[in-house]
Amino acid sequence: MKETRVLLIEDEPNIIEAIRFILSREGWRVDTSSDGGNALEAVRNRNPDLVILDVMLPNRTGYDILSDMRADAATRDIPVMMLTARGQKKDKELAERLGVNKFMTKPFSNAEMLASVRELVR
Amino acid sequence: MSFDILVVICVVYVLLLFGVAFWADKQAERGRAGWLRSPVVYTLSLSVYCTAWTFYGAVGYAARSGLEFVAIYLGPTLVMVGWWVILRRLVRIGRSQRITSIADLISSRYGKSNTLGVLVTCLAVIGTTPYVALQLQSVTLSLDAFAQSGPASDPQSLRSTALLIAAGLALFTIIFGTRNLNANERHHGVVTAIAVEAVVKLAALMAVGMFVVFVVSGGIGPTLQAIDASPISSWDTGADRWATLIFLSAAAFICLPRMFQVMVVENSDERHLATASWAFPLYLLLISLFVVPIAVVGLSVSSEGSNPDLFVQTVPLAFDRNALAMLAFLGGFSSATSMVIVAAIAVSTMVSNHVVMPIWLNLREGRAALSGDVRHVVILSRRLSIAGILLFGYLYFVLSGGGAALAAIGLVSFTGVAQVLPALLGAIFWRGATRTGAAVGLSVGFAVWVWTSFLPSFGEAGILTPDIFAHGPFGVALLRPHALFGIEGMDPLVHSVFWSMVLNAGSFLAFSLLSGQTPLERLQGARFVNIFRYSEGTRGWSGGVVEAEDLLMMSQRLLGAADAQALFGAEARRQDKSGSLPDVTPAFVERLERELSGSVGAATAHAMIAQITGGASVSVEDMMRVADETQQILEYSSQLEAKSRELENTAGQLREANEKLVALSFQKDNFLSQVSHELRTPMTSIRSFSEILMDGESMSAEDRQNFSQIINGEAARMTRLLDDLLDLSVLESGQVILNRQDDTLDAVLDRAFAATWRLGAEVSMAIDRNGLDEKVPICTDCGRLAQVFINLISNAREHCDAPEPHLRVHVHEVDGCHVVDFIDNGSGIPEESRAEMFEKFSRTDDHRAGGGAGLGLAICREVMKRLGGDVDYVAGLGGAAFRVTLPDTGSATRGQDG
Repeated sequence: MKETRVLLIEDEPNIIEAIRFILSREGWRVDTSSDGGNALEAVRNRNPDLVILDVMLPNRTGYDILSDMRADAATRDIPVMMLTARGQKKDKELAERLGVNKFMTKPFSNAEMLASVRELVR
Repeated sequence: MSFDILVVICVVYVLLLFGVAFWADKQAERGRAGWLRSPVVYTLSLSVYCTAWTFYGAVGYAARSGLEFVAIYLGPTLVMVGWWVILRRLVRIGRSQRITSIADLISSRYGKSNTLGVLVTCLAVIGTTPYVALQLQSVTLSLDAFAQSGPASDPQSLRSTALLIAAGLALFTIIFGTRNLNANERHHGVVTAIAVEAVVKLAALMAVGMFVVFVVSGGIGPTLQAIDASPISSWDTGADRWATLIFLSAAAFICLPRMFQVMVVENSDERHLATASWAFPLYLLLISLFVVPIAVVGLSVSSEGSNPDLFVQTVPLAFDRNALAMLAFLGGFSSATSMVIVAAIAVSTMVSNHVVMPIWLNLREGRAALSGDVRHVVILSRRLSIAGILLFGYLYFVLSGGGAALAAIGLVSFTGVAQVLPALLGAIFWRGATRTGAAVGLSVGFAVWVWTSFLPSFGEAGILTPDIFAHGPFGVALLRPHALFGIEGMDPLVHSVFWSMVLNAGSFLAFSLLSGQTPLERLQGARFVNIFRYSEGTRGWSGGVVEAEDLLMMSQRLLGAADAQALFGAEARRQDKSGSLPDVTPAFVERLERELSGSVGAATAHAMIAQITGGASVSVEDMMRVADETQQILEYSSQLEAKSRELENTAGQLREANEKLVALSFQKDNFLSQVSHELRTPMTSIRSFSEILMDGESMSAEDRQNFSQIINGEAARMTRLLDDLLDLSVLESGQVILNRQDDTLDAVLDRAFAATWRLGAEVSMAIDRNGLDEKVPICTDCGRLAQVFINLISNAREHCDAPEPHLRVHVHEVDGCHVVDFIDNGSGIPEESRAEMFEKFSRTDDHRAGGGAGLGLAICREVMKRLGGDVDYVAGLGGAAFRVTLPDTGSATRGQDG
């Protein structure tokens, strides 16, 4: 069975650390990108099974990245889970309009996050 | 009844009127004029139309000419019922233009022409004189009728009686008619006295009428039979004479100076007209109800050759009803006095404003406005005019021999004042009417009237010789007074009215069409004709060079010091000027002129202001406005435009306010969302790692230690953030308390560096300070200043990306203020971030663990503002360079720089 690869696009080191720990424990491989500017490139290069995407990123927002992913045939079908500290309804609506697969607000429960990720990569 | 008792009763009655007038004036002065300004009083005051001519003359008229007298009441009734057409317009114009008399109205409409004012005034004087004479005559005759039981009076004693009456009336009028200089102000006392007299005369006539119908004739039925049997019912009035009388009385009702006075000048509320429109015809109906019965009974009980004009009084006397006769006498006396008083006020205002003042102004050759007390001159001229009018009346009475029938004299007057009608109607309905047209029309009508009506009224043996009546002047038959252009056989009255009105109106029309208008005339024309479209906003002064002080000095002489100063003060306040003198704006001069014209008439006010402003000129703007025939339309649409511009402005302001609100609310939303984000981020780590720890799975001690540290660090970060937010909120709300103390700059810097090093000893950074420069004494909240320094030093330590970080502290003076520069050797702040880095949550690229939330610099700036200094980014000094400008603490600071 092929190793599940997750690309985590997030700029908070401690959150990266936490997610990496949780997912690695499941036997998944976690790659990270901390800059919004080259996140799309990272997605194309790594072609992960799942992208976990923060919204407030340096240089580029998660919405822009998501929008570009959905516009590009190479990345269109990759499931995206958005994690954001902005949990307002309009943020969620925007994300859904742009084609997000799962929208989660920070802070999250580890178990819930894990369950969502499992569902997306199945 | 003795003559003496009559005189006593007269004097008592006049004293009563004095009392009423005095009381009403006092009430009005105290601002309690409430019911004095009611429509009832207004309606009753209109009854000055019913003079002694009506009271005595109508009965005499009926006795001589049957129902013809009714026409005299039908004219005014038509005018009142149709008040909407003419009267409402006149009243509105009178109020908005502060018209003082009918001469003023004509003069004002035709470009404030004084020539016209003089013409109308002459007409009024000449037309009023016979009328005043008529009143004197009727009072004298009625007095004489009482006295006839005693020794018959000779003409000489009649004359002295008339002279006494004239003098008494002049005194009354002067006392109550010239109390106020401002003729436009209402004469409450006089009007109230007139209203009382209106009641008295109506009551008297009705009492006599009732007596005649129910006592003498024995009821309504017998009265009607008596009327049928009497020759009165067989009088047949020609349609031409009937129509002429209705027209004439209607015209006179509008044009008579005294009617104009009570109807327009004394009007305090336009709505009173609506009441008067039915109430006044009702009054006329009541007062004419018993005319015919009295005439019929009078004819039957009087001896042949007795004067039918006195039936109202002689009938009760014939039945020895002295008290009733007395009442009738008082009624007639009331009718006469009220007419004389109002007419004298009206005409004296005209004479003073249009004749005396202009002459006086001319004599003073322009110095008038600035020297001498004009106020006294105006009042004096008005008083003299009143006396003069009564004197004229008396002279006419003496000259005409007191013989002519009352009604005939009345009609002569009516025809005279009716000559104003074409110019008046043209003034308010026809914008094309011109000054020349009005002047020619008036003059022609005036001349025809004098020739065909006024001069012949002195009788065939009077001023005109029988030869002239028969063959015309100098044998020119075409100019015979009663057969102009050889057309004979017309009734003299119809003849005079027909020719004077036709020639008057015809020449008015013709010369108006032929002549042009001055700009001022056009302006006034548009204003008068379109009075309901725009009642305000007259313009006409170019102003600018006028001294406000000169205007004030002149106004004080006309309005009195207190009123004038109040007026100027109010204007100054309106212009938001301190002091009591306003700027002389065209609008103000305009307003002032209107105020003054209330005192001395439009033409005089215009002339007086012209003396100061250096010429009556119409501004360029006005010229533009009047240039086009469609000026009024332009005017109207420009007003609309102005309104819509105003609306647009308001809408714009609303939009702006809304945008600001939206922006504010957006900022607030944004701020909350930022705070939420900044709090959620550390919370995410804390929750996540604490869950991991709680799972209690196998985990290395190192991991466990590591995760605990992260939790601890993130908790500290949250605390800092909350502290910062709190600090910022206190700073922004201005509630921060500053502890000023004396210290030196180097000590504060020392403390700041020490604190920074305690916070993160692991970072190494070279510091470059110059202790000598830093020896600056300061007096400020040193704790807060240190907070700013700590923030800047921490920023440098955290963000300086040089391999060998280095921070230089440079203290020097810029523009007389001490500044502290913190310059590191890193790559500095990118230009695009500089603008917003002092805003809240403006973190640029700093996303290191435990990094600030982007509040540091915002707090720094707030603190420095509170301290009276500032903090800024300075580009081009190497790396990132922040400059703290210290608050200026006075000479102590400077002393160190030497």
